[in-house]
Amino acid sequence: MSRDNILHRIRTAIGRSAGQAVADPPPVRLHIPEADMESRIASMIVRIEALAGKAYRADTGKNACATVAAAIAGKTAVASNAPYLAECGITALPGVRSGITDRDELRQVCAAADIGITSADYALADTGSLVMLSSPQEARLVSLLPPAHIAVVPRERILTGLDELFTVLPNPAIQTSSMVLITGPSRTADIEQILVRGVHGPGQITVIMV
Amino acid sequence: MGKRVSLFVTCIVDQLFPKVGMAMAGVLERLGYQVDFPENQTCCGQPAFNSGYRGEARLVARHFLDTFESCETIVVPSGSCTAMVTHHFAELFAKDQAALARVHALEKRVWEFATFLTEVAGVEDVGARLEEVVTFHDGCHGLRELGIRDAPRRLLACVRGLELREIEPAEECCGFGGTFAVKFAELSGAMARTKIEAIERTGARTVVSLDPSCLMQIQGALLRAGSSVRTMHLAEVLASR
Amino acid sequence: MSAEFDQKIHTTLADANLQLAIYTATGRLKEKRVESVAPGILPDYQELRTQANAIKQHSIENLDHYLEEFERNVEARRGKVVYCKDATEVADFVLGLAKERRARLVVKSKSMTTEEVDLNERLEHHGLESVETDLGEYILQLAHERPYHIVAPALHKTRYDVAEIFTRTLHVPNEIVIEKQTAIARRVLREKFLAADIGISGANFLVADSGAVVIVENEGNARLTTTAPKIHIAVAGIEKVIPRAQDLATFLKLLARSATGQLLSVYTSFLAGPRRPGEIDGPDEFYVVLLDNGRTKLLPDRTKRQSLYCIRCGACLNTCPVYRKIGGHSFPWVYSGPIGAIITPQFMGVAHEPSLPFASSLCGACGEVCPVKIDIPKILLELRSDVKKSETREKQNRIEKLAFRAFAFLMTHPRLYELAGRMGAAMAPSDGGSWIRNLPAPMNIGPVRAWLSQRDLPPPPAKSFREMWRRR
Ligand code: SF4
Repeated sequence: MSRDNILHRIRTAIGRSAGQAVADPPPVRLHIPEADMESRIASMIVRIEALAGKAYRADTGKNACATVAAAIAGKTAVASNAPYLAECGITALPGVRSGITDRDELRQVCAAADIGITSADYALADTGSLVMLSSPQEARLVSLLPPAHIAVVPRERILTGLDELFTVLPNPAIQTSSMVLITGPSRTADIEQILVRGVHGPGQITVIMV
Repeated sequence: MGKRVSLFVTCIVDQLFPKVGMAMAGVLERLGYQVDFPENQTCCGQPAFNSGYRGEARLVARHFLDTFESCETIVVPSGSCTAMVTHHFAELFAKDQAALARVHALEKRVWEFATFLTEVAGVEDVGARLEEVVTFHDGCHGLRELGIRDAPRRLLACVRGLELREIEPAEECCGFGGTFAVKFAELSGAMARTKIEAIERTGARTVVSLDPSCLMQIQGALLRAGSSVRTMHLAEVLASR
Repeated sequence: MSAEFDQKIHTTLADANLQLAIYTATGRLKEKRVESVAPGILPDYQELRTQANAIKQHSIENLDHYLEEFERNVEARRGKVVYCKDATEVADFVLGLAKERRARLVVKSKSMTTEEVDLNERLEHHGLESVETDLGEYILQLAHERPYHIVAPALHKTRYDVAEIFTRTLHVPNEIVIEKQTAIARRVLREKFLAADIGISGANFLVADSGAVVIVENEGNARLTTTAPKIHIAVAGIEKVIPRAQDLATFLKLLARSATGQLLSVYTSFLAGPRRPGEIDGPDEFYVVLLDNGRTKLLPDRTKRQSLYCIRCGACLNTCPVYRKIGGHSFPWVYSGPIGAIITPQFMGVAHEPSLPFASSLCGACGEVCPVKIDIPKILLELRSDVKKSETREKQNRIEKLAFRAFAFLMTHPRLYELAGRMGAAMAPSDGGSWIRNLPAPMNIGPVRAWLSQRDLPPPPAKSFREMWRRR
């Protein structure tokens, strides 16, 4: 009903007929700059710190695990089911819940935990962003409900920026039902333009690049 | 004998600020131009165009075409009126091919005064002298439609004895806007007051602009606010010695 | 001008605190935008604007095609697309679904499109609780107000206003520290998120080749809205569709910068359908409501249809000297500032507030900052002409019409023009060339009176330019 009506109104207004072929859209504009790994990591650190996040380098998964352990320091944490976290030994740390596959349980645990630990599919160096693709290994709420988020990212996953991301993933819908870019801690400036972190999502973000 | 230029002084200069026109003519003559004033000229039609009266604006625009078509180069002491001719005449005659061809032939020959000096005459130093601390107000149409930023500043920089101080925040409207100034008088007045506060913060004693209409708004508001800051058209500054 | 419009402008101008709040907030956003697009930081800013404009133009020129492609791709991933022509259809759809699923609570993330159709009121009217979750929107919902600004909805509220609203409506102790106010909202809304049956979001982009909805935000409330409840409904105007996911690289670089000066907003969610097999969380049902609500009326005219390119960044509001004086609530509809001035008359009809397109000095600052290069001043001018064409023969309009006829007549008859000018000059008081502050009653009328209400008027000179020229 409204569907056909609206499409008909559109076609009449713009002078097209149903199914009429379309000229090519303007060429895609993606320019990937040259940037070696060292400068990508350096840029990640600058960007994340500029957003009041913390960024660390770790030589090995073990070192990353030690950094996470220090951050947990007696608090409770929930880790996603990303195999990489288990490889680093993070899921075995005291205080860390992992391996949850039930939705309601995940919600409860995430709502109560102090820290959510995830990996990330990619990171974007020029903005300091994490790219999270939702999957059975990587649930959405782990990086969202707890007041702090720690992400452990293998360094080869650091891309230069959006242009490279959309070159690697020309259509993210093929891979996932949800891709989220996270750039710094949750924030608002809705009252008097005063910046407050951690309004609905995590107020603290830590990125460890392995 | 020097090259010929024709003045389009605009209706506001003709009726309210004739000295601006005389100053402009003087500067051009000093540079060796032979200046004429086509007597049939009136207005560019902008008041009607901006008020939504396109039919009326078209009549006036056509009169402008008739008056200036035979002129080789036309110089205008206003960014706004220049933009009306060079940017909006084509819109007015979009459906009239014959008139449109005339517009396109003419619009390249119409120059705002400061840009004419720097781009066509190729001068920056016109030999002016004025002992004064001034600030410069960018008229919006000159700035955004014609892209005039540097020309007036380069000209002012060569005026002996003159010190230029920039307005902060720069590039903000004075609130004139043609009939807007009277249709939304209170709002226009509030915009003008914000502008003159910024002008006063520069410490300058004189505001210079390319647009007589901005200057009318600014001077009117300065006087009403009891300020001693005065306005001058760029042509008047360049005519000083 | 309607008395209401006039009155609202007057009240806002007269409120010194509000003036300061608007001016400071927009000034800060404006500065941050300028810094974030500076050549040293974003060297290809102008090329990105050109590209964004070209993509939007192409999308609108082929709108039916991309909507159908979008629809196919959403449905291929088990989502559903619902076309709605107006506010009632949107509300009916949501209410119908809520009834079927026995839903009682809706959480909403910020969406100008749902403001446009008064969705909250309509849902609440039928007993479905609907809670705004963006902090600013939440404050306004509690205060029963419309957004003041499309990006910073509660821009006009101080911490003291918020304290009053919270104590009155949430019955919490008076709290004036902004961090603590934020924490109160987080606590209250967290419960709502976890209890909600339906999440309703807006959409910044609809991606045709992916069937995805893209939502950009800073707080995390849109993520929660689209993740926690079992049903996600995105409500978007039909104009939001773009061809390819790869185009996002262009738009995302422009959007956050233009809005708040951030390089990217904190969260950019690209959502393509309900959760897939094996995924632990995410919605089970995914709907996209494609709303017309007057948009198709904008399509026939090539210039005016540019209004549909808007990505709602708010940059034009922050830079607009008129918005910065009269604020958001003076505008007659939900959209304020330059974009409001061009879409309100087109969505609602020019008669809704005929003077709206005239409430501009045509300074052009909006067009200069618009990331998708909408020629806002040009559209304002066209709308002015539309208003004049549609105006009825009411007295005020007749006088103006006559005045412009006379203007055109004089300006095409140079001799009469000169004569009229000299007559005017002869009538004006001459006071040694000083500017006029007052005029005697019979002359102090109409535009002259309006001018003199704010500023002094230049006295007509002894000789016009043409007289001086002749005699030199
Ligand atoms: S019109 Fe342009 S500047 Fe204004 S909100 Fe829309 S996209 Fe932003």
